[in-house]
Amino acid sequence: MSNHSHSHADAHSHAPEEVAKHVKTYLFVFGALLVATVVTVALNYLHFDSKVLTIGIALLVAAVKASLVACYFMHLISEKKMIYVIMAFTTFFFIGLMALTVISYLEVPPETATR
Amino acid sequence: MQATTHTAAHHGAHEAHHHEPSFLQKYVFSTDHKVIGIQYGLTSLGFLLFGFLLMLCMRWQIAHPGETIPVVGKLLGSILRNMDGSLMMPDGKMTYDVYNIFGAMHGTIMVFLAIVPLAFGAFGNYVTPLMIGAPDMAFPRLNMASYHVFLLGGIVMFASFFIPGSAAQSGWTSYSPLATTVTTHGQAYWLVGMVLLITSSLLGAVNFIATIIQLRAPGMTWMRLPFFVWAQFVTGFLLLLAFPPLEAAGIMQLMDNVFGTSFFLPTGLAVGGRIADASGGGSPLLWQHLFWFLAHPEVYVLILPGMGIVAEVIANNTRKSLWGYKSLVFSALAIGFISFIVWAHHMYLTGMGTKISAFFQTTTMIISIPSVIILTCLFISLWGGSIRFTTPMLFALAFLPMFGIGGLTGLPLGFAASDIHLHDTYYVIAHFHYVVAPGTIFALFAGIYYWFPKMTGRMMSEFWGKVHFIGSFIFMNVVFQPMFAQGMAGMIRRMADGGLNYSKISHPDAIGGLDKIYIDLHTVILWGAVGLAISQIPFIVNLFVSIKKGKKVTSDNPWEATTLDWQTPTPPPHGNFTKEPVAHRNPYDYSLPGAAKDFTPQNQP
Amino acid sequence: MDIPYTSKPRPDTGIYNAKVGIWLFLASEVMLFGALFSAYILLRVGAPEGTWVHGMLNIPIGTFNTFVLITSSVTVVLGWAALQLGNFQKYKFYQAITILCALGFMGIKSFEYADKFKHYEVWLKNPVTVMHGDKEVQTNRVLGHIEYDGKHPYFWNTRTLREKGIEGFKFEADPYHYTLSPKELAHAKSVSKGKPHVVLDIKTADVERLSAFVPSHSTYFAVYFTLTALHGLHVLGGALVIFYIWGPGAKMWKSDPLRYTNRVEVSGLFWHFVDLVWIFLFPIIYLL
Repeated sequence: MSNHSHSHADAHSHAPEEVAKHVKTYLFVFGALLVATVVTVALNYLHFDSKVLTIGIALLVAAVKASLVACYFMHLISEKKMIYVIMAFTTFFFIGLMALTVISYLEVPPETATR
Repeated sequence: MQATTHTAAHHGAHEAHHHEPSFLQKYVFSTDHKVIGIQYGLTSLGFLLFGFLLMLCMRWQIAHPGETIPVVGKLLGSILRNMDGSLMMPDGKMTYDVYNIFGAMHGTIMVFLAIVPLAFGAFGNYVTPLMIGAPDMAFPRLNMASYHVFLLGGIVMFASFFIPGSAAQSGWTSYSPLATTVTTHGQAYWLVGMVLLITSSLLGAVNFIATIIQLRAPGMTWMRLPFFVWAQFVTGFLLLLAFPPLEAAGIMQLMDNVFGTSFFLPTGLAVGGRIADASGGGSPLLWQHLFWFLAHPEVYVLILPGMGIVAEVIANNTRKSLWGYKSLVFSALAIGFISFIVWAHHMYLTGMGTKISAFFQTTTMIISIPSVIILTCLFISLWGGSIRFTTPMLFALAFLPMFGIGGLTGLPLGFAASDIHLHDTYYVIAHFHYVVAPGTIFALFAGIYYWFPKMTGRMMSEFWGKVHFIGSFIFMNVVFQPMFAQGMAGMIRRMADGGLNYSKISHPDAIGGLDKIYIDLHTVILWGAVGLAISQIPFIVNLFVSIKKGKKVTSDNPWEATTLDWQTPTPPPHGNFTKEPVAHRNPYDYSLPGAAKDFTPQNQP
Repeated sequence: MDIPYTSKPRPDTGIYNAKVGIWLFLASEVMLFGALFSAYILLRVGAPEGTWVHGMLNIPIGTFNTFVLITSSVTVVLGWAALQLGNFQKYKFYQAITILCALGFMGIKSFEYADKFKHYEVWLKNPVTVMHGDKEVQTNRVLGHIEYDGKHPYFWNTRTLREKGIEGFKFEADPYHYTLSPKELAHAKSVSKGKPHVVLDIKTADVERLSAFVPSHSTYFAVYFTLTALHGLHVLGGALVIFYIWGPGAKMWKSDPLRYTNRVEVSGLFWHFVDLVWIFLFPIIYLL
């Protein structure tokens, strides 16, 4: 189809040792995800008095889990530059959406605060 | 998400025999980007006309409130029905409900079913792969699916006129809680239609960006891309990332309308004097945030492809390179970025805090800079050129001042202080119509006249093209210029009687009432709109007659252009290029010193 | 001319077309779920005291479902790795587990849904006495199950009572209510385990509002059902694609193994994203 056949090896390394190493990583990440899930649920049963702490910890654990999935299962950690560029754009707009909406929602002058 | 080509699928299955595609395969289920582009083009031109006709009926009602609509009044009267099955306007006089329906659908159709599919779907599909030297889009079957979903969305929108209670009537912005508390089912159709249209745009955007990233011909580096391709690239990103929040909002409003949730309904909402049967606890502001998070980038989705077309036409007809290619590219990228953080300037009147409003005012002012850079580059490009005043060039030239007026009149709306006076007046209508109607639509007309020979192998009539241009140019201004005056005088949008009910004509002692002169301007606008309609007749006739009877082109490159889209057979066959093109130079190498001709195509070594 | 880079990577970007495509699609998905999450934050922050429902979902079941989804995610990458080594049988085995996990997830989810549709809250005009854990309290909001004609009906609301002309019904009240603080709720749940429910006789005339735990019950359930249903649709869509590639589409392994491996990778990327969304959904909906 294309005459650029030389680039085959760039995409995936099919070397068995390489793949076996990856499989090990996958299994390790799998274990970490299971443990993190147990940790979130367990922390929930502890009931911290501080609301901020409860929410903060739950979201932190979720963020760690999510980045494990993204980095290793979606192999984002060893992706090509173009994918990083696309995801950098997305992150920028995602943060814009979340932050600006919430800020403008919270920063309502008290005398007009009927929402 | 599979990259299968039509040809690849066929070759795999039955390599041996070649067979002619049937009519359905060729025109309905085609995966060829050129056919899909033309499908998009014809469908969206149809919707453009339909949306325009809705507006004509509304202009009649505003200028002559409560009088029978001429020509189509009786027809409309026999079609539109209330929830109980009775006729909405049996005597052909427009009711306020019908006015609201037409207003909401005019906006929706023009934005989502006419301009975006024409600028992005049609021109983007047809021209982009040709310009970058690609055989097709990266995902041809996805491309076909995108058109089919678009068509389905359009049919849902169109069909909603004919259901009892007729179409949505809460404005194209569909603000909650109004959009949920209106008792007709039009809004549910609108939302389903929107979800389909958004899905189609998303599929299209994925395809466009992937195509531009992956399928550029050898040698076609990023800085050798024609500006049109850059404009489409940025537009693709805007659609890709701005549309999903509206899809989310649409799903939530659909939940509100169909399953009785309260995402956008506040606690204690009263409808018709009674507390609404809803749990409450929702936020109307949330809808506005999510809506404008799309709808402001959408403005740039409307204008960027237009700028791209104008840039191509200007470079070609001035016979010189565009001035400031890099500035154009980086400005387009800057617009793309900043357009995501200006949306709340549509919401100054919602009781926003001063800090956040200052933030949005600042970003709004900043985004005008790249727009002005683009306009300035295009203006300077004219300097010293030997301009050919062809029909596409006339439209492109008219685009510059018209978009300039539209853009500059937007600045007072970007400041909270002046926006409080101008918000929701005719001034706003004039402002954004100057951007989109004599702006983008003129650019699109330029594009149609410019690429028509490539699509059909025949030219459109220059004489009738010029008649079309002069009529459109004059009447566009007759329609929209008076609205600035009306708006500054305080005439409010969305009034079914054009503000007569708070004018000094009917209430002589009204404080701050509108003077007769502003009300009378509606008559001028009405006849301006009729003139505009008449000016489109030569275009429509020219478009269809020229397909069969137009002057045949004598070469594949009748405009003597440099970009790769003109270095193909006419019309381009399936697969586009007879041999793989290689880009050797910048896209606008016109009038190179020492060159044999005044243009040097991009694929010429 | 054929479309280039459908299976081999383009030299300068280093990726094949479909991978660019899927990442762009995922970018838009990030924005879709991002908008829904920001809606959740806004509605939650704006909710008046005592109106936000919590503690109404079954955490063990939710946790189990999380395990199911994580397992399916790891089998996807293991399958892909097996394919890279050319071990088609092993791939078939792993992806079969993925598909089973997807079905399991949806099955558990529908069980959870059905359970909510016959669980009610009733707002009464006059307060009644019920148990909150080990305390007796006066309240005019009670949770529980309706018993009418010996059945536990689904999807009733205030209007159903009026339309069916029902004069009264039996109501098995739960021993706790979500308006308790998380700590009190946990306490109430633990002390009232296994104790018989209070059964109330409720007259329709006394009912202010009746709602099953359906989307219109409250903003919380609106968020819960919208988010999980949208996520469920993604699970279903992803499972269908994976199944297609696994079953009918497996012919391609013979004709174009590189492209087939790419297909598995791309469908896997989508599947991991679905998993990733759930990783956020689970704590914010079940726990917080």
